[in-house]
Amino acid sequence: MPYFEFLETYGGRFLEGSLITVVQFVLATIVSVVVALSFGLMRMSSNLAVKSFATVYIEIFRGTSLLVQLFWIFFVLPLFGITLDKFTAGFIAVGMNMGAYGAELVRGAILAVPKGQWEAAKAINMTPAQRMRRIILPQAFVIMLPPWGNLVIEIMKGTALVALISVTDLMFEARQINISTFLSVQTFGTALIIYYVFARFLITPFMRFFERSMARKIGRA
Amino acid sequence: MTEDMSQYPLRLEGDNIPMVRFQNVRKSYGALTVLDDLNLDVDAGEMVTIIGPSGSGKTTVLRMLMTLETINGGVIYVDGEPLTHMEKGGVLVPANPAHIRRIRSKIGMCFQHFNLFPHMTALQNCMEGPVQVLGLPRKEAEERSMELLQMVGMADKRDQHPSRLSGGQQQRVAIARALAMRPKVMLFDEVTSALDPEVIGEVTNVIRKLVDAHNLTMLMVTHQMGFAKDISDRVCFFFNGAIEEQAAPSDLFENPQRERTQQFLNAVLESN
Repeated sequence: MPYFEFLETYGGRFLEGSLITVVQFVLATIVSVVVALSFGLMRMSSNLAVKSFATVYIEIFRGTSLLVQLFWIFFVLPLFGITLDKFTAGFIAVGMNMGAYGAELVRGAILAVPKGQWEAAKAINMTPAQRMRRIILPQAFVIMLPPWGNLVIEIMKGTALVALISVTDLMFEARQINISTFLSVQTFGTALIIYYVFARFLITPFMRFFERSMARKIGRA
Repeated sequence: MTEDMSQYPLRLEGDNIPMVRFQNVRKSYGALTVLDDLNLDVDAGEMVTIIGPSGSGKTTVLRMLMTLETINGGVIYVDGEPLTHMEKGGVLVPANPAHIRRIRSKIGMCFQHFNLFPHMTALQNCMEGPVQVLGLPRKEAEERSMELLQMVGMADKRDQHPSRLSGGQQQRVAIARALAMRPKVMLFDEVTSALDPEVIGEVTNVIRKLVDAHNLTMLMVTHQMGFAKDISDRVCFFFNGAIEEQAAPSDLFENPQRERTQQFLNAVLESN
């Protein structure tokens, strides 16, 4: 079967799958940002219990396989009474895993804000919360954007695993098409290209643009 | 070693209480003692300059007063009340954050490297404290900030970010930012040390104006001996974590009594 005929027949399914992948990616990114920010800040808490909780979370999610975490959330949690549908379980697992990496980026960026900024905020008598919200986080945000660019691409690629709990994303559709056609080269070649286009031509330029406009806002460009 | 806190008054009373008092203040980092048993009073409206070789603990004095460093012994009083301690059951105990914030509101500070907030314009830098900390309405905070930017000659740069300003300009904005909080005590920590020689005058002129206005108590650490001599009411020479000699500037610079003061002044004057 010529490739354009293959696309004509299965293009619609690739498109549907891609759409699910995009939605999974966006939701997983939101989850990971929330997780990264909360656990990154908790890691810096002076309260030992809070700090240990965050450390344990980050260790577990960084130290074990995303696939195993996905299976835990989808297959094991129901045994403890927490049942999530496969779609939700998918982006939650990816988001929680990537959020653990993000938490370290948040912590690193906060520590990279010059000490003089903390002192200047203290010298105008800000509370620690005001200082973090008004002075430190806005600057940390600009510092952590470039490494987040990498992480966001990882999140997108990570969503391919949700096919294994039968979320009908791009990877799931590709496997279904492959099973019925045995056209492995065309099928997985197409999937490969779509993932690459997402990462290289959509996410990367967007993150670059975001970095530049944030740097301008802080007066650094 | 625990200190007998009953030797310290709960608050300073009487006429003529100093605006700032360091009483038996000790500061050490591990085994290294930075300040040993510091006793220093600064009167209301007085301009006291601290000079001395690097490592003599002079910057630490300002940083302890701004509560950027904790102290290991003694008590610091500001405006009659203890800053580092608070009263509990008739005796002084280490202060809690709320107490420190209340007393700290009387102190403002300018830093060697300006430390302006880079994500805010000159005006926003000045308004940040009044709006967020003092809870002033934006309009009032803006009026107050503009008045101060006018005073330091930076009103026309109100909408510029710090990255677009020269060092001297940034330092002047930083002075306005500190003054916008209406402190009673201003601390200047080597505010001209990071500046190019030709812009030092912009900053020293602003400080001169503040001295002439006579309503602020000021503590300044500087290497500008000429400037210190010009504007100070008193100069303290620090050596090895203690005040080696203090006197009116004319006395200290022209007729130093201690050998170490003479050596220091000779070394500084030669290098100029």
